[in-house]
Amino acid sequence: MKILVCLSNVPDTTTKIKLSADQSSVDMAGVQWVINPWDELALTRALDLKEKAGSKIESITVITVGESYTEPTIRKALAVGADDAVRINMTPVDDYEVASNIAAYVKENPYDIILSGIESSDYNGSAVGGMLAEFLKMPSVSSVSFLDLEGDEPLLKREIPGGTETVKVPIPFVAIVQKGIAFDPRIPAMRGIMMARKKPLTVVEPAGEAGKSNFSGFAMPQAKAKVKMIDAENAGELIRLLHEEAKVI
Amino acid sequence: MSVIVYTENWDGKFKKSSYELVSYAHAIATELGVETVAVSIGNVADEQLNILANYGANKILNVVNDKFAVLDNSAYASVIARAAKANNAKVVVFANNFTGKAVAPRVAVKLEAGMANSVTALPLSFDPFVIQKNVFNGKALGKQQINSDIKVVSLAQNSFGLKENAGTATIEAFDPALDDAKFNTTLVEKNTVTGKIILTDAELVVSGGRGMKSADNWGPLEELASILGAATACSRPVADEGWRPHSEHVGQTGKIIAPNLYFALGISGAIQHLAGVNSSKVMVAVNTDPEAPFFEAADYGILGDVQKVLPQLVEAAKKFKAHS
Repeated sequence: MKILVCLSNVPDTTTKIKLSADQSSVDMAGVQWVINPWDELALTRALDLKEKAGSKIESITVITVGESYTEPTIRKALAVGADDAVRINMTPVDDYEVASNIAAYVKENPYDIILSGIESSDYNGSAVGGMLAEFLKMPSVSSVSFLDLEGDEPLLKREIPGGTETVKVPIPFVAIVQKGIAFDPRIPAMRGIMMARKKPLTVVEPAGEAGKSNFSGFAMPQAKAKVKMIDAENAGELIRLLHEEAKVI
Repeated sequence: MSVIVYTENWDGKFKKSSYELVSYAHAIATELGVETVAVSIGNVADEQLNILANYGANKILNVVNDKFAVLDNSAYASVIARAAKANNAKVVVFANNFTGKAVAPRVAVKLEAGMANSVTALPLSFDPFVIQKNVFNGKALGKQQINSDIKVVSLAQNSFGLKENAGTATIEAFDPALDDAKFNTTLVEKNTVTGKIILTDAELVVSGGRGMKSADNWGPLEELASILGAATACSRPVADEGWRPHSEHVGQTGKIIAPNLYFALGISGAIQHLAGVNSSKVMVAVNTDPEAPFFEAADYGILGDVQKVLPQLVEAAKKFKAHS
């Protein structure tokens, strides 16, 4: 069985976001790139599944849609244990373009289980996994917080409002995952980093559809009014302010 | 032509968020000069369906079929896309909730439509169709221009509010025309907690961090939440320590929420935490550290020990509820 993990290359969460002078784009100069945290959890679970005793997982491939600047992030995924990587050489405009291009690759190179994080921390999109499943006509399960294999049969848990549902879907399928699927991402060790240099990273040219949207401009959020401090000895005053001033209770 | 809105039901009932969604769809439909058509899947009584008319639905497509008892993303997407085509939809509106996240992307592909998720307001313009959304976890706003004929939009909860548009709607049975093959999701087990306010739906959230000191100190926090009718939440270290379940973790990689009021009790406000909560309308921070980053993000702050402040808040909330 082969697993594909979709990775998005995103600025580290602590990055200070700056806009270009005309506000038409985000200034990415000097940005520290990382694996999107949700995708990193997906990768962690894939690795756990492969390493389990009696595992039927033969290989884990990671795939990214991005230009060459995404390669350090891809190498990190290889360093923590992915077997090989694919980079689709383009800068995508939206989730539709990402999903369509990954789908074009998967149609030629099939996988049994495809994992994708539920959200990306750059443009905060959450559609790639679902769109990919639809392009591939595969079942998808979203908000997945647990994934295991009982023999050849996948068992998934999804977080519904106020609880969980355990479901089964036939292979191949797409799981769109969130916290719970794994908790702590792996940290690459020196040996892994050395090995990652020799693992295959295939660069393919885009073969999917063009996107359906683009970001035409950006703005910075309005500066927040200064915090109103309330004396700790008179904390009850807060409840009055929340009712009379903020009008939220 | 129409704006299609998928109105989810929970055990045959709609929620406030359903009415918010119809209000939003109706506002777009009014701008475009087209009908607002709601799609309901499941067993919902006409009396419930008719409430949607109060918020601007002109037509309600009612899909009643037991096969839809378990959410199958592909099957749901097929029905909604089919309804969109049959009604010449220009825009398809979803809630940015569990079901919306699962189904909307598949509908977008079926309709060859661009999609904007988690939007908080009406489009900035309709031609071209430009809609604003938070990007980089709220550190900037992006203007997303959708260029396809049909647009798919998911609305962040609690962002638009209810707008009554008294009217009447026609209810039509809608045939999903599906074969068995499209249902691939088998339910094995379902576990739900009843009577608890659902965190991702909640308008008010009371959340605790490391400043709560131990798993034994959550009584007053839960009491405050219960008096206010709020959901409870926590920061990542609290979930990692096992003081609270992981399902309560809000922040990056945890749940992303946008309530009207967020109480951060003993949470310093690390950027990863703020990424999950900074779309909240009003935020309150209680912390002993005057340098805590949460005081930069909060609207109201109390510099002090949570253990001492919380009982005062509980008392004040009790009095407030007794008089209101």
